[in-house]
Amino acid sequence: MMTEPIITVEKLSRTFQKGKVKAVKNISFSINKNEIFGLIGPDGAGKTSIFRILTTLLLPDTGFAHIAGYDMVKEYKKIRQIIGYMPGKFSLYQDLTVEENLHFFASIYGTNIDENYHLIEDIYNQLSPFKDRKAGNLSGGMKQKLALSCALIHNPTIMFLDEPTTGVDPVSRKEFWVMLSKLKRKGITILVSTPYMDEASLCDRVALIQDGNILSIDQPGNITKQFPRSLYSIRSNQKGRIINYLRMFKGIYNCYVYGENIHFNFEKEDHREMLVKLKKNLQHKNLFDDTIRIVEPSIEDCFIEMLSGRKSNAIENG
Amino acid sequence: MRTIIILLRKEFRQILRNPVIRAMILIMPIVQLIVLPFAADYEMDNIQLGIIDNDHSSFSEMLITNVTSSGYFQVSKISNSYNEAFKSIESGTSDIILEIPKNFEKDLFREGKQALFIAPNAINGSEALLGSAYLRQIIQDFEGDICPDVMVLGSIDKNRLEITSSNWYNPSLDYHLFMVPGILAILVTMIGGFLSALNIVKEKEVGTIEQINVTPIRKHHFILGKLIPFWILGNIVFTLGTLISWLVYGITPEGSLILLYFCIGVFLLAILGLGFFISTFCNTQQQAMLIMFFFMMIFILMGGLFTPIESMPNWAQVITYFNPLRYLIDIMRMVVLKGSGFHHVAFHLIILSIFAVVFNFMAVLNYKKTS
Repeated sequence: MMTEPIITVEKLSRTFQKGKVKAVKNISFSINKNEIFGLIGPDGAGKTSIFRILTTLLLPDTGFAHIAGYDMVKEYKKIRQIIGYMPGKFSLYQDLTVEENLHFFASIYGTNIDENYHLIEDIYNQLSPFKDRKAGNLSGGMKQKLALSCALIHNPTIMFLDEPTTGVDPVSRKEFWVMLSKLKRKGITILVSTPYMDEASLCDRVALIQDGNILSIDQPGNITKQFPRSLYSIRSNQKGRIINYLRMFKGIYNCYVYGENIHFNFEKEDHREMLVKLKKNLQHKNLFDDTIRIVEPSIEDCFIEMLSGRKSNAIENG
Repeated sequence: MRTIIILLRKEFRQILRNPVIRAMILIMPIVQLIVLPFAADYEMDNIQLGIIDNDHSSFSEMLITNVTSSGYFQVSKISNSYNEAFKSIESGTSDIILEIPKNFEKDLFREGKQALFIAPNAINGSEALLGSAYLRQIIQDFEGDICPDVMVLGSIDKNRLEITSSNWYNPSLDYHLFMVPGILAILVTMIGGFLSALNIVKEKEVGTIEQINVTPIRKHHFILGKLIPFWILGNIVFTLGTLISWLVYGITPEGSLILLYFCIGVFLLAILGLGFFISTFCNTQQQAMLIMFFFMMIFILMGGLFTPIESMPNWAQVITYFNPLRYLIDIMRMVVLKGSGFHHVAFHLIILSIFAVVFNFMAVLNYKKTS
């Protein structure tokens, strides 16, 4: 496969409020041509700052980046020609119609809708019934489709999508990721950020970010493979009481609510006796109705694992 | 050029779709030009006069008749003592007290002169000033009227000098003629200043500026794309205003209309530039609005419309040199009232051009696509 990097980032940092807030801390990574690269992390992790730096909207304090071979600071004009950016906040003209917005952004890049219609066809088909509606009056999912169309209409080489699925219903989210994989097939490199861990598995490679640092960069499958413990799951309708009990139970490393379930793991891998004891105690307290199963860790589990690792490191280091 | 046309088309669509802007452009000139000149009338009437007549002679009565028949004054109270009259000032029923001394008539004949006492309530400064000036004028006229009598009866040898004046360019000192061009100038300033100051900030607030900034649009294209629509709007407002001053007040410029439009054009570039400059360093419309209000207050109050610049202290006069509105109000009066030609307003135009260049240059410089 192609592994030629199209974006290289070296030791990028950026602070705000005169150095008080460190949004991006000395990060380096590279993105390969024609891959979907995900920046995964909670709100405030620094995802938007990274996006704004790479889209030439924000200057880094230190470090540099090359985008499609262009120097981010010196050749920003060339970069602006070849990238498409979809900010996290809906940023199109709400008082212009769907069609007017699309037409405006196409003509600014010196192109027109017809020329690149093939890129947005799938998306725009769903939008065209509303093409005379003002963008401000569209639903969340439609707004997001319009924003993607406007960012695509000049046929960019690289797309930057900052939390494109935040605030969008689950069906539209799924559709959106299908669209991204179609765009990838058309040869576009995509950098996407999301706070939803379940979307990580849809990326080719992900970087897990927390507090302006990158915790890990790898293919989603490799990240989950590196999960160091056996992970257990309990299904119950008394999650609160189980969590409280698990927190007190000696030998438990981590326990947290995961959707309908509770995930937990033990400090030591040799924990068969503990598990038996735990099962017995829970049954005795009438707390669980189903069974305790071993499950495959997800990106979210890995993220929590990494965060608790960092926390205990921080405590050890003083 | 192509980019600018695209930006213009977008900008006009947005402006025409905004019902508030549409209404402001039509209603503001009409209301301001019809209401304000009547309200901002410098002529004083209905001044409440308290009189203390200690003489009760035919002369004192004649004086009172002269004062009341002038039309400026209404007698609110005739009292017998100063204290009583002063109470009426305190209670607000009188604005000015006129005290006629005892033996006014007798002493006037005997000595040929007499003192009257005027006490205005100076809380409203201009009313006090104008009121006592009117009163003094009436008393002087009265003196002239009775002079022959006095001279016959008494033995006064008095060379009296009468000053008469004629008001050039506005013979009847019609306040509408004086105010309307100035208010029109303020109108153009407000429309241009506020619309431009709020526009770029609005793009920042809504977030659309992010999407614009990642595109290859050049900075000066962007500013021009904003400048031209508002420049045209400013001219439309001015045209409407000129029509209203002709239809309602019958004011037609003595000088050339083309010159007037040229001056407005240059002035608009300056005020729009200032608006955009403010817009570039503000993050919210509220900030931009407050800063623009600060400038507007200074521009309007120190523009020479409400207070003549010549009567300001020197340091304040220096400040007015940096007020673009001052030059426009001057130009408007010169061209509309006096019929001045290009060479009379050339100096004003040069200064306005400097404002235009400096403000717009600062706006382009300060508008950063990257932070």
